[in-house]
Amino acid sequence: MKTGIVVFPGTNRERDMAQAFRVVSGRTPQMLWHQQDSVEGFDLIVLPGGFSFGDYLRSGAMGAHSPIMKAVRQFAEKGGYVLGVCNGFQILTEAQMLPGALLRNAGMRFLSQDCHLKVEGRDSIFTSGWKHGDVFRAPMAHGDGNYTAAPDVLDRLEGEGRVAFRYCTAEGQVKDGDEHVNMNGSARSIAGVLSENRRVCGLMPHPENLTEEILGGTDGLPLFNGIMEALG
Amino acid sequence: MTAAPVDIELARSFGLKDDEYETVLNIMGRTPSLTELGIFSVMWSEHCSYKSSRLHLKTLPTKAPWVIHGPGENAGVIDIGEGLAAVFKMESHNHPSFIEPYQGAATGVGGILRDVFTMGARPIANLNALRFGDASHKDTKRVVDGVVRGIGGYGNCMGVPTVGGEVNFHSSYNCNPLVNAMTVGIARQDRIFLSAAAGVGNPVVYVGSKTGRDGIHGATMSSAEFDSESSSKRPTVQVGDPFTEKLLLEACLELMATDAVISIQDMGAAGLTSSAVEMASKGGVGIDLELDHVPQREPNMHAYEMMLSESQERMLMVLRPDRTEEARRIFEKWELDFAIVGKLTDSGRIIVRHNGKVEADIPLGPLADEAPIYDRPTVVYERQPALVAPADPCGIEAGLCRLLAGANGASRAWIWNQYDSGVGGQTVQRPGGADAAIVRVEGTDRALAMTTDCTPRYGQADPYVGGAQAVLEVWRNLTATGATPLAMTDNLNFASPENPRIMAQFVEAVKGIGDAGRALDFPVVSGNVSLYNETRGDDGSVTAIQPAPVIGGVGVLDDVRKAVGLAMPQDGELLLVGETRGELGQSIWLKEILGREEGAPPAVDFTAERRNGDFVREQIQKGLVDACHDVSDGGLIVALAEMAMAGDRGCILEKGPAGLAEHVYWFAEDQARYVLATKQADAVLEAAQAAGVPVSRLGRIGGDVLKLDGVMAVSVEHLRKQHASFFPRFMGQKEEDAPVVHLDEIS
Repeated sequence: MKTGIVVFPGTNRERDMAQAFRVVSGRTPQMLWHQQDSVEGFDLIVLPGGFSFGDYLRSGAMGAHSPIMKAVRQFAEKGGYVLGVCNGFQILTEAQMLPGALLRNAGMRFLSQDCHLKVEGRDSIFTSGWKHGDVFRAPMAHGDGNYTAAPDVLDRLEGEGRVAFRYCTAEGQVKDGDEHVNMNGSARSIAGVLSENRRVCGLMPHPENLTEEILGGTDGLPLFNGIMEALG
Repeated sequence: MTAAPVDIELARSFGLKDDEYETVLNIMGRTPSLTELGIFSVMWSEHCSYKSSRLHLKTLPTKAPWVIHGPGENAGVIDIGEGLAAVFKMESHNHPSFIEPYQGAATGVGGILRDVFTMGARPIANLNALRFGDASHKDTKRVVDGVVRGIGGYGNCMGVPTVGGEVNFHSSYNCNPLVNAMTVGIARQDRIFLSAAAGVGNPVVYVGSKTGRDGIHGATMSSAEFDSESSSKRPTVQVGDPFTEKLLLEACLELMATDAVISIQDMGAAGLTSSAVEMASKGGVGIDLELDHVPQREPNMHAYEMMLSESQERMLMVLRPDRTEEARRIFEKWELDFAIVGKLTDSGRIIVRHNGKVEADIPLGPLADEAPIYDRPTVVYERQPALVAPADPCGIEAGLCRLLAGANGASRAWIWNQYDSGVGGQTVQRPGGADAAIVRVEGTDRALAMTTDCTPRYGQADPYVGGAQAVLEVWRNLTATGATPLAMTDNLNFASPENPRIMAQFVEAVKGIGDAGRALDFPVVSGNVSLYNETRGDDGSVTAIQPAPVIGGVGVLDDVRKAVGLAMPQDGELLLVGETRGELGQSIWLKEILGREEGAPPAVDFTAERRNGDFVREQIQKGLVDACHDVSDGGLIVALAEMAMAGDRGCILEKGPAGLAEHVYWFAEDQARYVLATKQADAVLEAAQAAGVPVSRLGRIGGDVLKLDGVMAVSVEHLRKQHASFFPRFMGQKEEDAPVVHLDEIS
């Protein structure tokens, strides 16, 4: 498997992401500068967390217009796999490669703490490392993670099994209105979604930061194991 | 701008004393130009010249075999093994943080980050030490909100995890909060970059943001006391842009991987002036600057404004001439300004030209050598007499709950949950998990332990103890994780040195720091002094802050897997290391329960401190300890409650020794103490006896209640609720008093 990690000016979790892939595969992904206009030859493109272009406009809005995003879009249209985490998820929605948008957190503050996620997506390499309904822990670190979309879009995402992850309690209970569970106020507690062909995935929390016991746990490993199993 | 005539009046308004202006006239042999006067006034400000503190700072211990660069560089550098170095420093941004808390705190973080990556290090951790006014004061909520958002806004965007810190509330900080920020970075020992310029004829290069009119005379402002007019000084507060700083960081590290850089210095306080003067002075060369080439944000800027601007995110470098174009390409890739603004000369002078005119021409030798230095008068500091222990009015359980629910004992989770503590992917212990933050060194099994500390109420009562105790607590916090403490940075926050009583505080505190550092082989490798932290009221009365000699410490763990946290494990026994004489003077209990700030602070005993600490570290390294927490604010019972809450596990405690009242035993703040959780208590006790270390049994771990037979039985859940209650209540999430969201606050 050949993985490329896109670096925009202001990206800051590219090393975390590379480390997670190194833990499961022993191989270090290649960093791709946002100015390049091709992503040929890769099996997976990752848009990592950070503050692309400072996110001084809407989060991800500038990043979505970087030269490399044209190539990433074409790559996805041809069936390539794309994973966007945190700012990467924001960029994928701004690029309209995933539906919805990420608003300012409901509490209007940056949130940096662990949350629990329930695995709901089906038929995707990004959820195949877990069993359907599994609950795992992941750190979140964002100011704009409040997922929103029109009700019919949300219905469709749910109907098609394209809600990849939902915020929940440690026991797996989803509580939309509870600020201690659905901390950023996301519509229907959605933390991650899949594209129609299930090959593009975006999520807000950071499984890449929980891939070694010494760093607080391995709850995030199944994401990378599932990808590795599918793409080799 | 209209040029005011340069005379003694103008010099005074620039913060120069009359005799200092006399010296300027003597050095120049003529009336200085406006720009020259500006340069003298900022270089000789307290902030840049350390004129009141230098004599005393020289007494601090700064050497050890593992110290690579001590004070005098942008940051201290120590050997952490495997050819790597830790580069770190702490710096204050106090005055701006009251005027404009968000930007004040944000640019404080930006400044200290630059100090560290200027030396070639990638920052791996941010910490801070914050002191706010009384929670009931009208400004406190505004300041807390802005400072926390500012620290988060800058650090989160930079991708440097904020992993530790400390917070106090006290009325002496009502209008003068303290915001001290610390950054720790990692560099290869053979790739450390210094500021001394070299090579006559070599180009002087400006990189980073453009220069604007912000922050002009910021260094002078931070060298003066506060009054009711201070809010009109808002224009002197700089505005931070963490995105540009992130680009600057990556561009500088990319450039530093080549051999292009001869020397480099960030533009912090006093901007272009201090960076140019320092680089040239340290290198023993002259420097010519052509201001026409300086990237400018605004039209028609005067030389004076450009030389004194404190616009953020800028660096000055001396490059190898044959590598200049390579360097330019790197900065263009990162879309940052890159301009050759001058060259090194053999003139021994700084010559500043603008629009074809010489705006400044100053001999560098006298500018540095004849900078004022003061041996300010002191008085004999009146220490508080020892406290006669008062009776307990409310019982242990109620006392504990009140401490945990009070401003100074409450959980800080509300704050640290706004700081990204995991970015970088190396954070082993996040805030609240251990006595010190632990961050692994990428690609190794090593880790750094880092912490900040100070107990200002101790220093108010006895400044010597205040200085020494801050060092001891930092050293203890590092030790409690199993780390070997290596070195410290100090951030000395005091009121006006022109007041002999305050100067006495300063001198005594520095003595305390020095003695403690020498006793523990724990040298000071960098630091910062912030004076004039006082407020003049409308009636002319002056409120001085409680002195805050804040210490930041760094230790190393050769094997990160041996580190321990403070969370109560599921089972085992609890042991107390160290003696309890029952020191309640200046304790949190005394203040929160009885409303008294009295008595002598707990005594410091360097021998006991070192003996107990070395013993604890050895037990952790041997793998005998499952959790460890030092005993500090609130005493033994608060330490145990914190362990219980972190581990969600209770314990059954034995009563205190006969001869001490229960409340004295449980709330006393005697130093040099640790609580250990262990499944091998007998082995630890045996080792303690052999080593001559006082260790006693405290109780057994188990259940979900903190229990003291016949005295107290309180559920861990209840304690946690109390502990978590303060900040949400104080900051209030209700609509009518919701905090203002700053436009510049970013996701």
